Amino acid sequence: MKLNSIAACGFGALLAFGCGEEKAEIKSPIATAEAGDEIRIVGSSTVYPFSTKVAQEFKNKTGYSVVVESTGSGGGHKLFCAGAGADTPDVTNSSRRQKKGEFDTCVKNGVKEIVEVKIGFDGIVLANAIDGAAMDLTLKQIYQAFAKDVPTSDNDCTLQANPYAKWSDIDASLPAATIEAYGPPPTSGTRDAFVEIAMEGGAKKFACLAAMKKDDKSKFKKVAHTLREDGKWIDAGENDNAIVQTLTNTPTAVGVFGYSFLDQNADMVKGALVGGVEPTFENIAGGGYPISRSLFFYLKAGNVDVTDGLKDYALEFTSEEAWGPGGYLEEIGLVPLPDEERAAYRDAVENLNGYSQ
Amino acid sequence: MSSSPTGISIHQSDRALKRLKVRKAKEARFRMCGIGAVVAAVTMLGWLLVSIVGTGYTAFYQHYLTIDVELTESVIDPTGARDPDELRKANFRKIIQEAIYDRFPTVTERREKSELFKIVSASGATNQARQMVYNDPTLVGKTLTITVPTSDDVDQLLKGYIDRDAPENRRKISNKQIVWVDALTETGEIKSKFNTTFFTATDSRDPELAGIAGAVVGSLMALFVAFAVSVPVGVGAAVYLEEFAPQNRFTDFVEININNLAAVPSIVFGLLGLAVFLNFFGMPRSAPLVGGLVLALMTLPTIIIATRSALRAVSPSIVDGALSLGASHTQAVFHHKVPLAAPGILTGSIIGIAQALGETAPLLMIGMVAFVTEIPSGLTEPASALPVQIFLWSDSAERAWAERTSAAIIVLLSVLICMNALAIFLRSRLERRW
Repeated sequence: MKLNSIAACGFGALLAFGCGEEKAEIKSPIATAEAGDEIRIVGSSTVYPFSTKVAQEFKNKTGYSVVVESTGSGGGHKLFCAGAGADTPDVTNSSRRQKKGEFDTCVKNGVKEIVEVKIGFDGIVLANAIDGAAMDLTLKQIYQAFAKDVPTSDNDCTLQANPYAKWSDIDASLPAATIEAYGPPPTSGTRDAFVEIAMEGGAKKFACLAAMKKDDKSKFKKVAHTLREDGKWIDAGENDNAIVQTLTNTPTAVGVFGYSFLDQNADMVKGALVGGVEPTFENIAGGGYPISRSLFFYLKAGNVDVTDGLKDYALEFTSEEAWGPGGYLEEIGLVPLPDEERAAYRDAVENLNGYSQ
Repeated sequence: MSSSPTGISIHQSDRALKRLKVRKAKEARFRMCGIGAVVAAVTMLGWLLVSIVGTGYTAFYQHYLTIDVELTESVIDPTGARDPDELRKANFRKIIQEAIYDRFPTVTERREKSELFKIVSASGATNQARQMVYNDPTLVGKTLTITVPTSDDVDQLLKGYIDRDAPENRRKISNKQIVWVDALTETGEIKSKFNTTFFTATDSRDPELAGIAGAVVGSLMALFVAFAVSVPVGVGAAVYLEEFAPQNRFTDFVEININNLAAVPSIVFGLLGLAVFLNFFGMPRSAPLVGGLVLALMTLPTIIIATRSALRAVSPSIVDGALSLGASHTQAVFHHKVPLAAPGILTGSIIGIAQALGETAPLLMIGMVAFVTEIPSGLTEPASALPVQIFLWSDSAERAWAERTSAAIIVLLSVLICMNALAIFLRSRLERRW
């Protein structure tokens, strides 16, 4: 009897839970209408640390609630451009410029006015263990080390499978260590930037490939963008901390990741010089370090009326206290824009000037 | 039993003894393998626990600096209006900077000053002063003594994670900063205390201010929804399939599908949740309600399978007895079989839900992998979840996140152990033996 009653209680409780659940579901449409309450931000995992920092400061100053999702740049633009209105993201972060196709989708789905804000620079570094050999690479050497196929010589663009096994095979001045690199996977914005800036930049140093770029752009892209698949380049997943760990355990390996991870782990890894320039904060800010990219966020001007505090969030992001030299974003690794550019983008935010492509 | 002509039992002949020896050796080998397997499993588990607890326990305490802060009126309230909303936006950073510069008046050079300021958690200190003034504007113009977290780098130094003997350019903290920190530690202005922030705060961009409260609440809400949906549905489906459903091709088909679903990767349930709950029903993104529904879908197969095997394990004589005394089939099932199977059902459900607690992948698609500035207060408020928090922290650059990631894992493991212990307790409590 006792057991029976316990079981009955259990079932009763389960049923009660069930009822509670139904109520919650009925409530949800009303809550959806309120979903525009908080500022919704999606997009790049590279911009995520900066965006969350601003969100935190903004919340402290004004009390507005902000939700930042890390979806990747591409995923962010897709969500952002899905439509206008309170239940769509108000801002998307991007570690590259919005593509033409993405912009067109936005316009097609009713997102008419988009404010583009460039927030700063981010360097991409090639690093190895602190006790490993010092490296001074050129973009051309980077291309030769990691491309799937390389030209047989400067003037002969007959492609051959990448023959280089050691760094010293490329140039005698480089260490006689096996080429082995851990880098971001194709889904990552860091990978896109590395391929577009470093690999393409290196490929252009071959006279015949530079000529190919003029004649047949898509063929050039294929040659320049395809990384080797013989195990010398290893897609190491999105977690840059894991790459840093791997490098300390494998002194001969090279890792490709964002500058902030080099900055934080200066006791474990060191950055390779590229074109004779060391990856330091000053060199990235000054434009001397070649592999750096711009970071952006995009804001729906139309949502300013439906999402309370949205414009104030953008103003906080573009305040000197945040993105200026010595601001709190610089403290966590954002390389600030030059003064004129900051002023121009600040102005765009103040007047909610849309941009076009 | 027969004897051989020599008078020795065949069980003691040379050949028999040899066979016996071989058999015993085989059995001994098997036992050794078994012990080996157990030792290997325990070692791996022990290794995991030791490494996680070893890196994580330091996150439960943190270093704090006690400092006098002068709330200069000309800086934070130049108009003298004492409007709380305006005061909240004031430049408290400058107030904190002045406070720490006053503590070391000999430091005058600009670069040194900025190094000095990095001893204290900039965001933590400014916000603490900010919220105090916001709540009580009459404080403007007074001098407050506040206790604020040190920056994550100072905390790491004092916890011994930064090597003081390393060359200066290889560590995040300069020689001068070490001198200042040591001076402050000696006078007792920097003290280590239990890290309550870790349990009461939401996620933060600064390791020294980050906490798991928001994630834990989000996880609990999602689990509540998952439990409330999956247990009644799962148990109901299992009872019907096991006891009442006709045996035909259709029910076979359903059964095969349920077994298959139990092995489907969890990200698939996330995609399903995105398509059905968000896009079709238009539910809000990042809500624990949706997270719970997705996790419920994921645990359903586990619960159905566990319930069916618990029902099958009930002795048929119980049901026969009930039927022979005139009970209907439904009565026999609900009065006798289900109560007897309850311990097994409960165990299966709790283990299924515990598994759901550790999932990140399905939550990714429905937007719960997010930075949320507030502790969620309802099922439709944006929320994150504990495993998601661990995932996000492990991907952050600052070194101090490592210990916090491990600490969050310790909390997650503790919750899992509690849930499993509850399952064992309920089973032994409710189980009836004959």
